[in-house]
Amino acid sequence: MAYLVSHPDEVKVVSKRFGMGATHLDRYLELDGYKAVQKAISMGADAIINEVKTSNLRGRGGAGFPTGLKWSFVPKQSAKPKYVLCNGDESEPGTCKDRLIFEHDPHAVIEGVMIAALAVGAKSGYIYLRGEYRYLLEIMEKAVADAYARGFIGKNIFGSGVDLDIFTHSGAGAYEVGEESALMESLEGKRGIPRIRPPFPAVVGLWGGPTVINNAETLASVPHIILGGGEWFANLGTPRNGGTRLFCMSGELERPGVYELPMGYNLKKMIYDVSGGMTKGKNLKGVVPGGSSVQILTPDEIDVAMDFDSMMKAGSMLGSGGVIVLDDQMCIVRFALRVTKFYQHESCGWCIPCREGTDWMKKTLTRFHAGGGVAKDIDNLKYLAENMLGRTFCPLGDAAAMPVISYIQKFRKEFEDHLDGKPCPYEKAAEAALVS
Amino acid sequence: MKFSDQLEQRFATMVTHYPTKRSVLVPMLLYIQDELGAVTDEAIHEIAQRTELTDLEVRNVISYYSMLRTRPVGKYNLQVCTNVSCLLRGADDIFEHCKKKLGIGNKESTPDGLFHLEEVECIGACSWAPALMMNYEFHENLTPAKIDELIDGLKKKEEQ
Amino acid sequence: MADVTLTVDGKKLTVPAGTLLIEACKSTGIEIPSFCYYPGLSLQGACRMCLVEVEKMPKLQTACTTPVAEGMVVTTESDKIKQARKAMLELVLANHPLDCPVCDAGGECELQDMTFKYGAAESKFMDLKNHRDEQQWSPVVYFDRPRCILCYRCIRVCGEGMDVWALGIQNRNVGSVIAPNKEDHLECEECGMCIDICPVGALTSGAYRYKTRPWEMKHVGTVCTHCGDGCKTTLGVRRADTGMEIVRGDNRDKSGINGDFLCIKGRYAFDFANSSDRIQQPLIKHEGKFVAATWEQALDRIASKFKQVLASDGPTAVGVIGSNRTSNEENYLLQKFARLVLGTNNIDHHRTADFPAFASALAGNANATASMRDVFDAPAILLIGNNPTDQHPLLAWQIRTNVRLHRAKLYVVNSYPIKLRRQAAAFAQIASGSEGSVAQFLGGNDAAGDAAVTPQFSREALSQLRDELKNEKDLVVIFGSELRGNDVTALVNFGLAQGAKFICLGDYANSRGAADMGLYPDMLPGYAPVASATSFHEDWVDEIPKSPGLDLLQMVDAAKEGKLKALYVVGSNPIARYNVDPFALSKAFVVVQDMFLTETASIADVVLPIANAYEKGGTFTNTCGDVQMLKKAGEFAGVRNDFECIVRIADRMGYDVHKLVPFGGGGTRADMGQSRGAQSGEADRHAVWLAEHNLEPKMSPYDPTAMLDEIQRLVPGYDISRLGLLSGHDEHTQLVQITGATGSGHPELVLPSNDTLFTSGTLGRYSPTLNSVMERYSTTAAQVAGD
Repeated sequence: MAYLVSHPDEVKVVSKRFGMGATHLDRYLELDGYKAVQKAISMGADAIINEVKTSNLRGRGGAGFPTGLKWSFVPKQSAKPKYVLCNGDESEPGTCKDRLIFEHDPHAVIEGVMIAALAVGAKSGYIYLRGEYRYLLEIMEKAVADAYARGFIGKNIFGSGVDLDIFTHSGAGAYEVGEESALMESLEGKRGIPRIRPPFPAVVGLWGGPTVINNAETLASVPHIILGGGEWFANLGTPRNGGTRLFCMSGELERPGVYELPMGYNLKKMIYDVSGGMTKGKNLKGVVPGGSSVQILTPDEIDVAMDFDSMMKAGSMLGSGGVIVLDDQMCIVRFALRVTKFYQHESCGWCIPCREGTDWMKKTLTRFHAGGGVAKDIDNLKYLAENMLGRTFCPLGDAAAMPVISYIQKFRKEFEDHLDGKPCPYEKAAEAALVS
Repeated sequence: MKFSDQLEQRFATMVTHYPTKRSVLVPMLLYIQDELGAVTDEAIHEIAQRTELTDLEVRNVISYYSMLRTRPVGKYNLQVCTNVSCLLRGADDIFEHCKKKLGIGNKESTPDGLFHLEEVECIGACSWAPALMMNYEFHENLTPAKIDELIDGLKKKEEQ
Repeated sequence: MADVTLTVDGKKLTVPAGTLLIEACKSTGIEIPSFCYYPGLSLQGACRMCLVEVEKMPKLQTACTTPVAEGMVVTTESDKIKQARKAMLELVLANHPLDCPVCDAGGECELQDMTFKYGAAESKFMDLKNHRDEQQWSPVVYFDRPRCILCYRCIRVCGEGMDVWALGIQNRNVGSVIAPNKEDHLECEECGMCIDICPVGALTSGAYRYKTRPWEMKHVGTVCTHCGDGCKTTLGVRRADTGMEIVRGDNRDKSGINGDFLCIKGRYAFDFANSSDRIQQPLIKHEGKFVAATWEQALDRIASKFKQVLASDGPTAVGVIGSNRTSNEENYLLQKFARLVLGTNNIDHHRTADFPAFASALAGNANATASMRDVFDAPAILLIGNNPTDQHPLLAWQIRTNVRLHRAKLYVVNSYPIKLRRQAAAFAQIASGSEGSVAQFLGGNDAAGDAAVTPQFSREALSQLRDELKNEKDLVVIFGSELRGNDVTALVNFGLAQGAKFICLGDYANSRGAADMGLYPDMLPGYAPVASATSFHEDWVDEIPKSPGLDLLQMVDAAKEGKLKALYVVGSNPIARYNVDPFALSKAFVVVQDMFLTETASIADVVLPIANAYEKGGTFTNTCGDVQMLKKAGEFAGVRNDFECIVRIADRMGYDVHKLVPFGGGGTRADMGQSRGAQSGEADRHAVWLAEHNLEPKMSPYDPTAMLDEIQRLVPGYDISRLGLLSGHDEHTQLVQITGATGSGHPELVLPSNDTLFTSGTLGRYSPTLNSVMERYSTTAAQVAGD
């Protein structure tokens, strides 16, 4: 459905089979499908984990936790069954990459789940897709059914003596469920409220059993690591940031789209070269480089490598890979309001600072953008965000607070321009541009 | 109550996928809604019985998920994303256009029960913004003309 | 578990591993503020008030979810923490209405207290607060949504604590809202625990709202007067033109036997005390109609009529019926009055359990009864018969909480699928009415087991149950009034063999006390046969009649036949509760002491208006044998307590009240000629006992504590700590029979009250709250039936 783009700088690993008909099992097999899992069976659990550790694969959901390390936390012996859970609740604004994986390479996800299950000794895997991704769920359901039909999953997979079941599961609209413990709650049929941690899912997860939870892109990378080797994968990226990543380029760009680029690729190049630069007549105002939760970068801050560590150093985060490009016709207050409205809407409401903080910020920004702001509001907003930061029950509060702090820090003047009952000076520019 | 054969079959299969009955809840509620237009009181009671929960607990779950509803809406649910990536590419204008075209506001249905309009959060079409979902169908790189085409097409389909 | 040493604010501190940081801090006197944390309920981590600094952790940590760890270094006071607490309160106050001046919780609101202590002095919030109108969820529960701070305590106490699950949470984000189970109203046990536990004024009580401010009340913790469990209820009283009006009942100090628990009756059903139906003046029947009289006239009439009957027909022509809701002192006094002043053993009460059979079965075994507190931590519990959820709500709470928090193993044997089966590790649904047979079977009579078997519950299952029970150490065995006579003996013998403890369930607030105090025609206090030689015979100046008297039904028959000429009914309504034919009593001279013109009072010749348990001192013994002190809370103009009335009647009959109530200075007793011991040169035993117990002699014959002195001195098992009683503790008595077990206590006379959660014998009918709840549920039921 979503059209594909390409660029010479791309290194296609996860997207290798995009557009090649790999949803059909036979085609997938032609394209080295289900070879990785067979290799993994011959390697054994410890070797799989070591290979993934070597690859420097880090979680593609946004937090960037080393995948191999995560798997190694799962206890070898467990009285309760162990599980693998694929997080396909892609909901971070600016992010639309997992969608392509499910659409074009569903078996890679299945294979990734299988290898993870082999690594930790799980007998069941669940692939959770956000409820809105119904057409993708249907693709995944068919892929799973096809794999069962061939005996790739189920009893005694590939003669290994291992039984492994994989099920698909649909959400029903909740950003918060992307948080791993809330995801487990949702899968268990509950409200998506995160759990108290510790215990961490690797020890006490789904239905009380040790559980590995990985983002769909993370799991889709795993078969390639097993086939190509951890070292090969690691070398694609920068130190401690192995491999490639699907970057979702959005905003007023000439060629927006999802591009697979090596970790550490330069952000400025990503915008001006890979995505063809800004739409004609628009200028760059700022970049939100990792989904709406992360801090904004100004045009002079974007000559930076896109990997977890470099972005941290630059004062933002690599996050989910959603690169949102703001043009000069977007009012930062308007942008802040939209971002805050999102977090207010998606806050699970469990804890005071997130529930009340997002609501308060939304109310203030609404009034402020409409021209009802007073000077104190700007500091109050910052005060609110700073007092949510690090004190909420789960990271959603941080996700709501961090961007707002950065908008005020970096674009304070734009906020001040809204004072004294003046109508938004930036929207006018946008409207003027529209008219001309 | 009995659901359609297809849904009954789905339920029967799904319960075997999880160690607890209630684990089927979230997807089942969505499937029930797809069939009935909403998760009705009767359906709530039924699914509560089947999953050994109280009706209240089922309602607690339903009310958490933004896609689930207990009252039916128009047949064609236009869910326009206005989140940042779409906002940057004119989602507000798209949404305004939808309102005007259908003559209804946010979260309203047309009197003939055909259309429902809703502003929604990010649907994962950021690189193809602006976008909307019509029921489960993605419509991307929207322009007012494309909206007209979509809505008129649906209207025509209904007239036939 | 092993101990762990950590440092909090520079203080070294050693606590058991697994302790939560917030509890560890509390143990050393450091208060960590919190809304959502509540001991005994699941952890939430939601309010973020308890954030503290833990060394090596970059973020502030919630003390309520963090278990202590060896070497942990914790700071609970710092600028960072101060700021976090301040901000959290600013955030929660953003949408919280500042309607404190009209909020029921104002003055006892945790949010107010926290804001006072940790909050900001100014508000940064400049936008509109979200508002929703208040909702009434039940006759007793109101919900004011904007005030709710979403601490989820109500949901947890209702679900985890009560196993009712009537409250849920709906929507998300700032739209999150506590929701009742029936969309716009509640269908539940109406216990009001959600109101009690609400830290703010979001959940308020229909019985109390907008009545007064908390600081305008005096708060008196006393014992609930309804069922036999003995919960502490705190009554808020305020001056009114009738005296001291009770305006609120709750469980504010949680120091009682009931911990966090209180049911609808303990919380709301104090309101019978304010009923407009209460009698405020003595009434004498004149030509078939009641005429208001003075106390002098009424007491004189009673005394002279009693004397007249005694003179003409002798002591066998008078009878006394006591109460399950009068105090131990009153009951003890009443039977002493019957036996010494009237000279008759014609005394009985409405029996709701076979306590005599229980006492006899225990056969002097000390430490064989369990207290209400034991039920909270016993490792295993066997419950035969009864439905504690309805009839013993505290007991049910204790069992549930024990299972939930301590994983106690619960065995339930019942003819009905009672609600506690949900907590049971084993539930035996036996054939209808076969509880006694199961007791016999457990006691070794294998053949008796056949009667309990059903298609669903096999003979093998029954045997397995017995085998499993035999392996339970420190078992607490609880049985209902289904078990009587020999069945009790069989069960007790089975349990005693393995060191079990027992609870025999009786229905009313002082049913056990009435039994212990000897409101029986054939037994003295302590279940001593009237004919046997006891310390009472030795101690009391006048002779105790030797032959057993008439029981309640025999008295009624005698009255019908015209043999019983006078009947003294104290706080009892046998016509309604015992199905006595009112006509049967028409020939006798009937005196009734009561609050209301009950069915029995209506046919009386003289009615004395009486104070209830909330309006007097004394002690109650709950069904487990735990004794607690009543504290006077309310006051009602025109009434007197039963104790005083009995003493005054005795006085007016010309009886020396010193022989009834041991009052006056120690040394004077011999001079007053009331102690044979002193006359024969022996020491005054009562004075010696008082001295031994550091107690002063009481100076008034109307002081029930004088009677308590004698009870403690003479009634076996009642030699409990007075200091404990006075400081509001429950003191467990031993059930030891004085001498010579007589076996069965006439099991056929046991008539359970069959109260539900919303009824309470005759008393409950005068509670507007109970009536309103009943009415609602009966309408609901009728609607369903009509469908």
